[in-house]
Amino acid sequence: MTTPQPARHRAPDDPAGAEPMVRTENVHKAFGHVKVLRGIDVTVPRGNVCVVLGPSGSGKSTFLRCINHLEKIDAGRIWVDGRLVGYQQKGDKLHELHDKAVAAQRREIGMVFQRFNLFPHMCALENVIEAPTMVKGQNKADARRRGMELLDRVGLADKALNYPSQLSGGQQQRVAIARALAMDPKLMLFDEPTSALDPELVGDVLDAMKDLARSGMTMVVVTHEIGFAREVGDQLIFMDGGVVVESGPPRQVLTTPQHPRTRDFLSKVL
Amino acid sequence: MTAPDTSASPVPREAEPIKAIPVRHPGRWVAIAVIAVLAAMFVHLLVTNKAFNWPFMFQNMFTPPVIRGLVGTVTITVLAMIIGVVLGIVVAVARLSDNPILRGTSWAYTWFFRAVPRYVLLIVMGNLGILWPRLEIGVPFDTYLGKLFGLENAHWRLFGIETRELLVGFWVGVLGLALSEAAYMAEIVRAGMLSVDPGQDEAATALGMSRGQALRRVVLPQAMRVIIPPTGNETIAMLKDTSLLIAVPVTAELFFQLSAIGNRTFQVFPMLVAAIIWYLVLVSILLVGQYFLEKRFSRGYGRAAKAKMKLEGLAAEHGANPEVP
Repeated sequence: MTTPQPARHRAPDDPAGAEPMVRTENVHKAFGHVKVLRGIDVTVPRGNVCVVLGPSGSGKSTFLRCINHLEKIDAGRIWVDGRLVGYQQKGDKLHELHDKAVAAQRREIGMVFQRFNLFPHMCALENVIEAPTMVKGQNKADARRRGMELLDRVGLADKALNYPSQLSGGQQQRVAIARALAMDPKLMLFDEPTSALDPELVGDVLDAMKDLARSGMTMVVVTHEIGFAREVGDQLIFMDGGVVVESGPPRQVLTTPQHPRTRDFLSKVL
Repeated sequence: MTAPDTSASPVPREAEPIKAIPVRHPGRWVAIAVIAVLAAMFVHLLVTNKAFNWPFMFQNMFTPPVIRGLVGTVTITVLAMIIGVVLGIVVAVARLSDNPILRGTSWAYTWFFRAVPRYVLLIVMGNLGILWPRLEIGVPFDTYLGKLFGLENAHWRLFGIETRELLVGFWVGVLGLALSEAAYMAEIVRAGMLSVDPGQDEAATALGMSRGQALRRVVLPQAMRVIIPPTGNETIAMLKDTSLLIAVPVTAELFFQLSAIGNRTFQVFPMLVAAIIWYLVLVSILLVGQYFLEKRFSRGYGRAAKAKMKLEGLAAEHGANPEVP
């Protein structure tokens, strides 16, 4: 982990890769009176898989949604690939970014949801090519070819013309992964991707995610899958009550947790 | 069920079908008798009462003015619904936007046009000529602005027409009905958009789609399923409400033409019956269309589709396990 420093933009002489993919500094978020995030500092280097663990209500999903500005943060800073998310620093003033600029930032951040959120009125392939054609203006034939490649990669090339209602939960989630990858993101966010699945369908989705991790994708994964964290995680963050209680290499945190709350949580889920 | 499954279960046995005497329903026979008498009285009335004057009605319900009125009624219905739906979508989107000014304006729009009865609204529209004898396009508040710069009677206008020319029956009718319809359609569209899982909009947003793209490509197509059935009802109501255009008045309209013939010939009642028959025919056609539209838009979704799949599943089971051995 690098030490936080007040970098605004990636300096021209800064070699690509030195800047972490995600860096957050003292992130706060409240819904009404409920303070969900109370100062989150996280750094995810390029190509790393960061697994976020924690009891429900600990703020981990909210934190993930702040990274692509689905939630507006109340205080602190988030940088993705060296660029401030949702804002622009001009001198000593912070300017809100226009919707269009925020959308452009989101294009580079793929997200996979707990409830898949596939578009039910489109078949699997249409789901995958929708954003590349509509948002990036990609040529339909190219988008289709690439879409089929991605569906093949998640093992669903034969389901390309099926509608989401005709697919199992695990298949839907893999289509959702292909849909996010179709935008060629630099970063992938996973919000409890296997929590809504029947146990026997979890494996296929985790395999697709492991494959993605091995390809060098930077990933932030909120999950309860301890096995996944141990196997592919480069760092593990344990959140509780809106703060990071403990973080470090997954094996170390999982086998020798330092904090009593981490120990308590792990004793319940393991 | 497939053969290997049933082979594992116990062998089905023969059984004597139940032969029981069904429960008697004397009440039904009484009801049939009462309704038969009432129906006979009604038919007797239709046949014997001279006021119906059937030959006159049949002679006059297909005359060219009536057919022109019929075409006008259908045209006005279609135009008013198209404008109403488009404007309704705009108002609904404004109502759900982040912009408080748009939200307030669209709320005021629906409030006003839902509160004013259509009949009253149409009479007001027909009399707008009292307010502005001439409608002109130009700089707003030009006379006041002129005074500021020391000019008396400044008229900075591009062009204008007499209100009476613009607000001739047909377009006043279409506009009045469309404005009123838009208020109701806005509520229907809003309900449809709210029925779409917020996760859908979120997924579209996370993919980098703009608000407009998410709305057009993701939210509205799914909202259609909820919007279509009540829109069918609105169309049917609109067809019937074209008869209110007699308040403007609009001459190219079915009810106007039929009552005109009735008033001219003093055969009022036959022409009213002719109106009922025409509206029954038109609405019946729309009901058929509505049935197919709803069927089309529920494809692959919801309870109806699931029920259908379940029925097909049941049928397949029956096919594999015939009841008669």
